Amino acid sequence: MPSPGATTITTPGDREVTMTRRFDAPRALVFEAWTNPEHVPHWMLGPEGWTMPVCEIDLRVGGTWHFVWRKADGAEMAMTGVYREVKPPERLVSTEKWGPEWPETINTLTLSEKDGTTTLTNTVLYPSTEARDAALKTGMKEGATQSFDRLARYLRTR
Amino acid sequence: MVIQLKGYGRLTPDRLNATFAALADPTRRAILARLASGEASVTELAEPFDLTQPAVSKHLKVLERAGLISRGKDAQRRPRRLEAAPLAEATDWLERYRQVWEGNFQRLDALLAKMKTTEKTRAHDTR
Repeated sequence: MPSPGATTITTPGDREVTMTRRFDAPRALVFEAWTNPEHVPHWMLGPEGWTMPVCEIDLRVGGTWHFVWRKADGAEMAMTGVYREVKPPERLVSTEKWGPEWPETINTLTLSEKDGTTTLTNTVLYPSTEARDAALKTGMKEGATQSFDRLARYLRTR
Repeated sequence: MVIQLKGYGRLTPDRLNATFAALADPTRRAILARLASGEASVTELAEPFDLTQPAVSKHLKVLERAGLISRGKDAQRRPRRLEAAPLAEATDWLERYRQVWEGNFQRLDALLAKMKTTEKTRAHDTR
């Protein structure tokens, strides 16, 4: 399946990472796929070998979300946060925390639609430059080459 | 869980902070772009940016501390030149991050296509 646009990543300020991507779908569907626990575990998986056995979403201002990823060898990663703004289908602001030793970030998702195509922009704001850079480094997990291999396999089977 | 990046051993967190901080400024990015086409003295660098020499020197100091530029041998001109390796390491990093998300988003593409079909079928059924 051809993707309508490549993902771009920029560091527009000292404490942010911004991601942009276009999708060949109306934004109501993108918002739904991003916020419905029925859909999220099918795509938000990161590198090779991880599944998402826990995906809890209480989609309202002040509501919490909680994701857990698991690998075949038993390794686990958990992430949790609170929704601050919920404006379907255009805007979602939430906090995000990986664990007590990680800084909390504020994530802002915006979706704009034109001719049935959606442009997604997700900005992650860190409390400091150091926190952002450390997170970027760890966020790689075990390298994206594996992710590409799996993706290639996945696409071949479709 | 221990998370280790392969091939990034040389990149200390301090160094990386310095690199990203250096890259966050548009003037410094422009200076790097200028140096990509060849080394230049402080005077030569100050000209196109409409900056005073001390202002340019300040930016150069930040770039130098981040290891993104170095000084040439000519004692008189003290030309600055681009150090490509640390820059490549920093952008490499963002590239890996990007690839992980691109993996997520390609799965999302497939899901959205499925959701679109389901929605059409539903709309058809209720007609």
